[in-house]
Amino acid sequence: MRVRRIGAVLAAAAMTLGVAACGGDKTYDSVADKVKDAKQVVVGTKWDQPGLGLKKGTEPEGFDVDVAKYVIKELAGGQDVDITWKESASSNREAFLANGTVDIIFASYSITDSRKEKVTFGGPYIVAHQDVMVRGDDTGITKPTDLKDKRICQAAGSNSYKRITDPPPDGELDIDAELVGAANYSECVAKLGGNNLDAVTTDDLILAGFATQAAEQGGASFKILGQPFTDEKYGVGLKKGDTKTCEVVNAAITKMYQDGTVQQLFTKWFGKAQGLSAPTAAPSFEPCA
Amino acid sequence: MSGPVDTSVLFDAPGPRARLRNNALSLLALIAIVAVVYFVYLKFDEKGQWEGRIWEPFAEPSTWTEYIIPGLLGTLKAAGLGAVFALVFGSVFGLARLSDHRWIRVPAGAVVEIFRAIPLLLLIFFLAYLAPAVFGSGDYTLIALVAGLTLYNGSVLAEVVRAGVLAVPKGQSEAAYSIGFRKNQVMRMVLLPQAVTAMMPAIVSQLVVLLKDTALGYIIAYVDLLNYGFKIIPAVFFGSLIPAAIVIGVIYVGLNMTLSALATWLEKRSRRSRRTSVKPIPAAADIGE
Amino acid sequence: MNDLIKYAPDLAAGFLVNVELSLVCAVLSLIAGTVLVSLRVAPTPVLRTAAATYINIVRNTPLTLVLAFSALGLSDTLGLSFSKEPSTNAFWLVVLGLSAYTASFVAETLRSGINTVPLGQAEAARAIGLTFFQSLRMIILPQAFRAVIAPLGSVIIAMIKNTTVAMAAGYLAESAFVMKDTFDDTGVSIPIFIGLVLAFMAITLPVGFLAGRLARRLAVVR
Repeated sequence: MRVRRIGAVLAAAAMTLGVAACGGDKTYDSVADKVKDAKQVVVGTKWDQPGLGLKKGTEPEGFDVDVAKYVIKELAGGQDVDITWKESASSNREAFLANGTVDIIFASYSITDSRKEKVTFGGPYIVAHQDVMVRGDDTGITKPTDLKDKRICQAAGSNSYKRITDPPPDGELDIDAELVGAANYSECVAKLGGNNLDAVTTDDLILAGFATQAAEQGGASFKILGQPFTDEKYGVGLKKGDTKTCEVVNAAITKMYQDGTVQQLFTKWFGKAQGLSAPTAAPSFEPCA
Repeated sequence: MSGPVDTSVLFDAPGPRARLRNNALSLLALIAIVAVVYFVYLKFDEKGQWEGRIWEPFAEPSTWTEYIIPGLLGTLKAAGLGAVFALVFGSVFGLARLSDHRWIRVPAGAVVEIFRAIPLLLLIFFLAYLAPAVFGSGDYTLIALVAGLTLYNGSVLAEVVRAGVLAVPKGQSEAAYSIGFRKNQVMRMVLLPQAVTAMMPAIVSQLVVLLKDTALGYIIAYVDLLNYGFKIIPAVFFGSLIPAAIVIGVIYVGLNMTLSALATWLEKRSRRSRRTSVKPIPAAADIGE
Repeated sequence: MNDLIKYAPDLAAGFLVNVELSLVCAVLSLIAGTVLVSLRVAPTPVLRTAAATYINIVRNTPLTLVLAFSALGLSDTLGLSFSKEPSTNAFWLVVLGLSAYTASFVAETLRSGINTVPLGQAEAARAIGLTFFQSLRMIILPQAFRAVIAPLGSVIIAMIKNTTVAMAAGYLAESAFVMKDTFDDTGVSIPIFIGLVLAFMAITLPVGFLAGRLARRLAVVR
């Protein structure tokens, strides 16, 4: 009897799992159709990047999130859409798009050749540049080449440090800097604030988010050198082949630049950071493929 | 009768001089402990770790409802699924290793030995990267984590099950056979019921290990307590990395100590129990990751 | 297979780090564990409580968290530094965290070993006037060690496997990290995984075998 009861519990558990695994509604060919028709969409953003996508309360907030809201509204022809937010960390973005865990991604997603093979990119909606952030009172580092023999952060899973330490093609500057490991960029910034390393290097928008947040919450003060040395084109991630949505997204981005929304959002999220200037014109779009 | 050494027999009941010495040692030890605590306090203070600002978030109910509790649920979900599957896996393979048929016994033994020998983190990484390559893309973090926990802890539990059944005195099965029971009747009605009572403490101890091991999910970006506590909370509240680590550390220790206490209680109970002729099986000397 | 050959130097270098970590931590955790268990059964109540508290807390904390504390707490906040070179410093922080963690299990294992020593042994030791530390050192611990060689072997094997968690302390050099990095670049590679698993087995199996043999040879006949 007892055994049977345990069996029943197991079966119930297995069924719950099964149901959870294959919960799905009507399928659409393109996200644009889904947004227009069903008025609902699943949007992937970062949850741990202040200024870009940071989970605050039930929803994330930040530049990427605001751009997402604008673009989705445009896709729906100006109507309100029920948006479900989902964390999309760097390591699972491609997978989430391919199997439909998320419909569309705004997550500091740089357009690269290797990613273009797996993802259709709308945009770019903004171009970030790799830059260097140091403590506010540090006068010893004023340009990237000053990083020789300094301690810079190596965030697990990110290759930004290679641009400093390695020669091309993998890297850029080929400087002898010492690497300090960390689990992610917010740990890097914590270590920078605590004088446990000298510089954090990655996209300026990410750095600006951290610097602004630190200043607002009364923590350490940081400054960005303002000497960018790469272009990171942030694109809108779509399932490979969804060119229809890509075209509509590009139209929305163009409009966003024309009506001044981008500049306004840029000022809202990054205005207080030093060494950054708002974009004046829309970046040239990648072909939708 | 030579019972085990009770720690109190390792030294004489203290006389006047020994008591003096004990008190002096106690005082010294106390001073040393207080000194260490004070040193830690000072250093934390120096680095601003006691600032109210970085601890305040943990007094807000929203921090708990939006970050910590969802994270804890993620941890418990992985641990619960892992525990159920590991118990099933352990029972099947433990009994298979006891089979009279060589073609069942030998492969089952090989599987158990191999999965016990693989570092769990390597296994989880491998599964997390293998799954999308085999089953198509998707979010496999939970599946990889649960599968890894199941294969590893299930293999350890298989050994516990085997030891439990083998520990039932031979007379029990001989008696059962002599009254005409068949092989599976002996196992089902005589050996297993007694073995289970004896195995309980070892099983619960292994479940503590399993619960601790869920923390490895953090490294493959599974959204668990460690992920929320260590990645997202410090990103939202600048500077709260150490407070967050302390808070989630306390939660983990509390959970595991509760389970450990349950194991100890079960062991005491089954030592007294007259429902089994078997002494409790010692917990696998397994320390978890 | 090509992946394995291509990345073999990186993986081998990473695995060598696992071996180094294992060797240093094995020595340190055995020493620290013995000290801990001596305190755990000492006549001074404060020491007993302190050791028991330490063991219970550390044993119930995930290693990932222990290592993170080692890096973020001990090093970044308390200013503990082993070397000016960040990677050397990170290595020793992992050693410290992993040894501190493993020591608590060594201590618990030894305590169960002490429990196997018959009452009469301790009583006899006291009767001939040995002090607590003398009887612990000459009578109790030698027998306790011999009784738990096999479980101690399992603890050491688990410790060797645990060296793969080093990345939690920001030490990004050992083989599990190298494997993940490689998978990030080229996708999953079964030969690389199997190669690393075999490498780990090449040290854990002999340790287990040796522990088993020693346990049989040195078993205390009662």
